Amino acid sequence: MYRYDEFDRRFLEERVAQYRGQVARRLNGQLTEEEFRPLRLRNGLYLQLHAYMLRVSIPYGTLSAEQVRMLAHVARKYDRGYGHFTTRQNIQYNWIKLDETPDLLADLATVEMHGIQTSGNCIRNITSDPFAGVAIDEIEDPRPYCEIIRQWSTLHPEFSWLPRKFKIAVSAALQDRAAVHVHDIGLYLKRSEAGEVGFEVLVGGGLGRTPIVGKVLRDFIPVRHLLSYLEAILRVYNAYGRRDNIYKARIKILVQALGVEKMRDAVEAEWAAMDHTPLDLAEETVAAIVRQFAPPAYAAAGADDEAALAASVEADADFARWVRHNVFPHKQPGYAVVTISLKPLGRPPGDASAEQLDLIADLSETHGFSEVRVTHEQNLVLPDVRRGDLAALYRALAAAGLGASNIGLASDIIACPGLDYCSLANARSIPVAERLGEHLAAREEEIGPMKIKISGCINACGHHHVGHIGILGVDKNGEEFYQITVGGSADENAAIGGIVGKAVPSEGVNGAVDKLLDVYMRLREDGEELPATYRRVGAEPFKEAVYGAV
Amino acid sequence: MTTGSTYQAVTANRLRDGVTVYFTALGAWSTAIGDAAHAEDATDLLAAAAAQPLEAVGAYVIAVEKADRGLRPVGLREQIRAFGPTV
Repeated sequence: MYRYDEFDRRFLEERVAQYRGQVARRLNGQLTEEEFRPLRLRNGLYLQLHAYMLRVSIPYGTLSAEQVRMLAHVARKYDRGYGHFTTRQNIQYNWIKLDETPDLLADLATVEMHGIQTSGNCIRNITSDPFAGVAIDEIEDPRPYCEIIRQWSTLHPEFSWLPRKFKIAVSAALQDRAAVHVHDIGLYLKRSEAGEVGFEVLVGGGLGRTPIVGKVLRDFIPVRHLLSYLEAILRVYNAYGRRDNIYKARIKILVQALGVEKMRDAVEAEWAAMDHTPLDLAEETVAAIVRQFAPPAYAAAGADDEAALAASVEADADFARWVRHNVFPHKQPGYAVVTISLKPLGRPPGDASAEQLDLIADLSETHGFSEVRVTHEQNLVLPDVRRGDLAALYRALAAAGLGASNIGLASDIIACPGLDYCSLANARSIPVAERLGEHLAAREEEIGPMKIKISGCINACGHHHVGHIGILGVDKNGEEFYQITVGGSADENAAIGGIVGKAVPSEGVNGAVDKLLDVYMRLREDGEELPATYRRVGAEPFKEAVYGAV
Repeated sequence: MTTGSTYQAVTANRLRDGVTVYFTALGAWSTAIGDAAHAEDATDLLAAAAAQPLEAVGAYVIAVEKADRGLRPVGLREQIRAFGPTV
């Protein structure tokens, strides 16, 4: 993985020193809250309901074992012993003290981590496929390109004060594991007919109060022009994006207003007029970054690995279920990709304790090459596990409460922090997720692949619009109600779910979801996931199931 | 059990650690809602609280009611702020 050079390290040290001075001046009254707020936000520090919240950036969801141990250290020393992984592959700590944040950021800097650009109207963390570099279906490893975009966008002077925040995601393959369609810019790695590597460029996707699936702006941009083309898009957005209304300021509103054709014309005109030379990526520049992501020294598959694995599967039904749901194919024979579920029944989705993080760091070393990934679905990935080690790995995870075998099933629920922590939320998300996960667990294998996503407000950090079943918390005269959508999808066939009907009270959520699932299971055809069934049969059977005849 | 009467109090987050605090009759901040000064109209309390910008951040008025064990905020958001996450 990418390692900082001396310039990067010095920059981060200087940034921490600068921040330390800002905090001191705030605490002694030299800075007002109005003056200090943008400074702390630029370092990822929010003020929430009960405490400060620090969002730590995890570029393209890739962590070293050393970094995971540092996240455990931060949880233990500065928080209440846990952290919460987010839908943008970052981690948040909910119980941070302002006067301790300079030391916290100094600790993070020792392992090349920070909270820069995890807030503010700038280009946020670049997200990507958590299976990058190991997926059997990837066009190429997207991480070098993510890293190039990260370096270009970090403290970019022209794009540090955009009309609104800006999110970029990169997919490694046609199968989208990065929710690319619902980002301000989505990039699909692809090859041209001539075999050249480049990207399909989508623009104007997003969730929030105006959910929109991104549209294709350009079929293909070769790698060498990646940054100049991104810069042209950002320039058009920076010039024409609305700044008079925060709810109309994202690029999706600009694309909606102009139409994608005019947006394309504007970007192409900007791109044609600008000097590409400083931004064109020379082959040797790209190659130097690619080398930082070189595949590890994989061993040959063990002669007895498959037989031992089959015997373990045969002997242990719990392990067999874990293999069915949490283990994925690896491009290297003899290896597997393992997703560690952070969705144990009855627990907040996406949370990991300091002890669990330490264990995962250890396991990434004993069963891999010291690397861990974060998924946008709030789970963790060990990307390089020998198939012969799977049984031992499962036993170690299960003993630490990390053995949930539910990846992609109904209890693998995305949920934002909601009203239990977030100052923006209107309703709680975590208790709803906990109750629903426990309720559905008994039949989740029968249900099959199912994406349930819960947000505590219309800002949609829980991605509810693109859940097969989406749940949005709303406040009705001081009472929590939940609006349910159905048929959404965040994959390569991205779709915004349709609202089923009027919101239901908190205690009605499990029953309403049961009815939707009953309809789906009754009407689905072979292998059909819920969004496909919804597209085929329409909304009416689902509405009728929950609300009676329509 | 509440009396049914609602009052106003002033809350904020403590600057140095973000903890939820309430403005007291002594002109200080307390982490216990039971210590909160309350009145039918908290305009003066809010003005007094705002004069202490180094102690707390973002002071605002909330509705409270008297319950068996003292003051209790009206509304789930403020109850969660007062008593902590429900999970």
